[in-house]
Amino acid sequence: MYPSRFRYEAPRSLDEAVALLAGAGDDAKVLAGGQSLIPLMKLRFAAPGLLVDINNIPGLDYHREDADGTLRIGALARHADLERSDILRARQPTMAQASAVIADPIVRNRGTLVGSLCHADPQGDWASVVTALGGQVVARGPGGQRTIPMTDFVLGPFQNALGPAEVAVEAVIPAPRGARSGGYLKLERRVGDFATVGVAVAIETTGEMVTRAGIALTGVGGATINAAQAASALVGKPLTGQTIARAADLAAQEARPRTDHRGSAEYKRHMVRTFVVRILARSQGGDTGERAA
Amino acid sequence: MSQALDEVKIGGLGASRKRVEDERFIRGRGNYTDDITLPGMLHMEILRSPVAHARIRSIDVSRAWEIPGVRLVLTGEMLASRNLAWMPTLSYDTQAVLATDKVRFQGQEVACVIADDPYIAKDACEAIEVDYEQLPVIVNPAQAVAPDAPVIRDDKENQPDNVIFTWEVGDRAGTDRAFEQADVISRLRLHYPRSHPSPIECCGSIADFNRATSKLTVYMTTQAPHIIRAAVAMVAELPEHMIRIVSPDIGGGFGNKVPVYPGYVCSILASILLERPVKWIEDKSGNLISTGFARDMYLDGEMALRRDGKILGVRIHADSDHGAFFSDAQPSKFKIGLLHSTFACYDVPAAHLTARGTYSNKAPGGVAYRCSFRVTEAMFFQERMIQAAATDLGMDQAAFRRMNFVPDDAFPHRTPFGFLLDSGQYAKCLDVGLKAIGYDDFRARQEEARQRGRLLGLGISTMTEPLGAGNSREFDILGIKMFDSAELKVHMTGKAILRTGAKTQGQGHETTWAQIVAHELGIPADDVVVEEGDTDTAPFGMGTYASRSTPVAGAAVAMVSRKIRAKARKLAAHLLEVSEEDVEWELGRFYVRSAPDRGVTIQECALAAYSNMPDGMEPGLENTAYYDPPNLTWPFAVYIVTVEVDPETGVWDVTNMVAVDDCGVRINPMIVEGQIMGGLTEAYAMANMQFITFDAEGNCIGSNYMDYLLPSAWETPGFELHSEVVTPSPHHPIGAKGIGECAAVGGPAAFVNAVLDAISHLGVRNIDMPLLPDRVWEAITYRRDVSGAPPVRSDD
Repeated sequence: MYPSRFRYEAPRSLDEAVALLAGAGDDAKVLAGGQSLIPLMKLRFAAPGLLVDINNIPGLDYHREDADGTLRIGALARHADLERSDILRARQPTMAQASAVIADPIVRNRGTLVGSLCHADPQGDWASVVTALGGQVVARGPGGQRTIPMTDFVLGPFQNALGPAEVAVEAVIPAPRGARSGGYLKLERRVGDFATVGVAVAIETTGEMVTRAGIALTGVGGATINAAQAASALVGKPLTGQTIARAADLAAQEARPRTDHRGSAEYKRHMVRTFVVRILARSQGGDTGERAA
Repeated sequence: MSQALDEVKIGGLGASRKRVEDERFIRGRGNYTDDITLPGMLHMEILRSPVAHARIRSIDVSRAWEIPGVRLVLTGEMLASRNLAWMPTLSYDTQAVLATDKVRFQGQEVACVIADDPYIAKDACEAIEVDYEQLPVIVNPAQAVAPDAPVIRDDKENQPDNVIFTWEVGDRAGTDRAFEQADVISRLRLHYPRSHPSPIECCGSIADFNRATSKLTVYMTTQAPHIIRAAVAMVAELPEHMIRIVSPDIGGGFGNKVPVYPGYVCSILASILLERPVKWIEDKSGNLISTGFARDMYLDGEMALRRDGKILGVRIHADSDHGAFFSDAQPSKFKIGLLHSTFACYDVPAAHLTARGTYSNKAPGGVAYRCSFRVTEAMFFQERMIQAAATDLGMDQAAFRRMNFVPDDAFPHRTPFGFLLDSGQYAKCLDVGLKAIGYDDFRARQEEARQRGRLLGLGISTMTEPLGAGNSREFDILGIKMFDSAELKVHMTGKAILRTGAKTQGQGHETTWAQIVAHELGIPADDVVVEEGDTDTAPFGMGTYASRSTPVAGAAVAMVSRKIRAKARKLAAHLLEVSEEDVEWELGRFYVRSAPDRGVTIQECALAAYSNMPDGMEPGLENTAYYDPPNLTWPFAVYIVTVEVDPETGVWDVTNMVAVDDCGVRINPMIVEGQIMGGLTEAYAMANMQFITFDAEGNCIGSNYMDYLLPSAWETPGFELHSEVVTPSPHHPIGAKGIGECAAVGGPAAFVNAVLDAISHLGVRNIDMPLLPDRVWEAITYRRDVSGAPPVRSDD
């Protein structure tokens, strides 16, 4: 497959990248891992006139915790870095579980979390995870840096809130205020397939009480779905069979699935409910004898 | 000197010799069509139809011609002026090379551009403007035969509707009588979804017409170079001796690379017009959307049964969807392939099969994807029907099969559809499989698990496949009889080159053919180089598909080796100064019967053929054999799967799989096992995830690898292979039967039967493949069958 003609630049600094983007109007795309952009270009679904490859910019491949527990993920942190991360394993259960089911092992070696957020594919896993965790995206543009809440970052299918000359440089996961738990469950027909259904749940508890909750859904709508009603139904209450069932029902109602070759809308809704229950039941400490989907 | 050779050590039969071709493949030193670059070579790209059925109002190529580097833009109209807009198919139909009047499926070839590089060619394709007037679309046989259906093939005279053929075989009246006597009649209707062979290497060609020599050389991805040469001679009206087809290394075929595709024809025409080499390499979407698909058949059958479990008769009707052109690659006499091999391993007194083929606005093809001409559908229906019938009778799945198998002492056995089975030990294979899977206590474990809300299932599938098409009485393609050939040239040092009319695409011919020579002549396999695929050097053959290489070309290798041995015997007698009758043979050596220590090796005979032949003997040690098999070979297999189904999600996991293959004598056990594992993986894919479907507008769902799924190592289950049952073919020279396709043919039903067994207490009789989780969940939740192709956007 042969893409349309394009110009390629590989800047050495973010300032240089922003300047290149600013000079290209709407006709440029940033290349990080390239695991979505390159296939789209090969199919000529995307035909940017300029590719700005940020892989040579030093200092973007990090993920680290601030002293207060805030997690920062740089624009060049690969999925595989996160999959192997001790930080995620120890303190980010939702992210840790998601990191092992992003695409396939080959894509994970190259693709990036921030790139996945920018791609804004309704079937992208990280957007749901970061939404559920109340995360943000840090963007650098000609006017400096700004922070965009994840819930405002995705505007629609394959549309993000970045300006034409802005580069997403970092994703930020706020520090928890309580004990963190949750998970990410995904139904896929094959490793590397887009999610038929994915559910991200992130909760914080103090004692028995849920103090913060986030639930977001993958693949069951035109964009990542922030199941806010389901999440708020949990806050201020302990996790019980009843509260879990209530949240699962609300999440299923908030899903907007379509019947397609991956499954019927009814089934996808059912799977949202099932996954919410399975993740929260584990948080509750009960073992439902669950099997990985 | 008199020490007999160890056959396994010299790489003969039974040696798990490493594949000699892998050395270059693993090192990236293979030579595929796309690796070939010729001086002055141009590049071709095809513009495909975005719609499934439309009249072409106009095609404007002017903007394409304006792009620098464009050398030629071909349209159907230009081809029509040379009488090349349509070409014959391998099934006596016609197929559009480039569309003239209408497009008839999404992805159909509309125009092509030849340019200095492929990027320019692609740009120019995008610059072509086609004005389509959309027409109603047909995507299945039911729509095709509806009273008000639009006629897809209005280009053909005497084609008032969308029916391509009706065909029948068997004894209608006798079968009717069997049903009248039945205690129980079981029925089953199912759909075998459309799939695609999907080789990793797509199709492609480099046509190189040399005006000075008038010779056309085509490097191309074909499983059957000689058939292609004949087809090119007919289509391009070139003399056959001026056409050379070279099939270099091939990255998988699976039946996809048997037909003639428009891309080949256009690259040839372009090379003739431009007098420069023209390369066409298909992209993956082009391959999936336009080239030979497989299956896509609705099967409706019933079985007449005696209360005690004896099968009395079978009736089957098949509705097959062939797409826009009937371009199946199959023997001429059999319109629905060898579908009538169904139930061959069971003793069925009476059977009748009817079939109807119809056109649709889908890609043409109907190739034998890893199967011997529709045998996959035949065996899938057979084993699903057997499970349904056993369930209806309340009989044990294994006992019902064992009771109805053709018994060991009944061979050769004539099936009600006319096939002659050569040999087999069916019950023994089943017993090996049942023991390996732990059948005896499975039902107890299943019941115990159900009490705890867990769903375990066990599925059995058996298959026997008619391989080695064919015998020339019954099998031909476009009139050419389906024999095959081998040519062996032994050099003076005892090294040799072997050429056959087959063409390896991953089967390992370069390894296994040499092993047959080693077995017959005692020449170490490492001393034999195997070459295939060049029509200027290879003997005429029908190519490699339908598991026919070992049964036919492999037999020819044995036969040509025996011709060589016969001449070597004369040379040995001359060297040993005894009469030929006094010469005995052991592997690799002739000796004097009365004095076994006096002998000469095959290598010494080879030297003598060039340096010391007896008076009057023609020099050299070369020969050719053409092998016309007396019958088909009939490998048999039992596949047994256990699964666990998650009742809440419909997700099912394979917990164990046992495969018992009796493919007769195994030339290279390692390669045989690789073939079985590959076939089982494809079977699992079909059962679990894989299909091509179409929405109501005829848009192809499955036109890329995100939608058309190939299983990876992550989800493919492990397989336990058994080789202890060996029933040599009584008529094949070395007793081999063929193995390349058995597991892909017989495997799918085992997985489906297992899942249905797990939920049998819910009264579900059928879920059509693929058994995606949502379909299994629907069956469990609503306790109903889930039939047909998965829905696409039905709730919009």
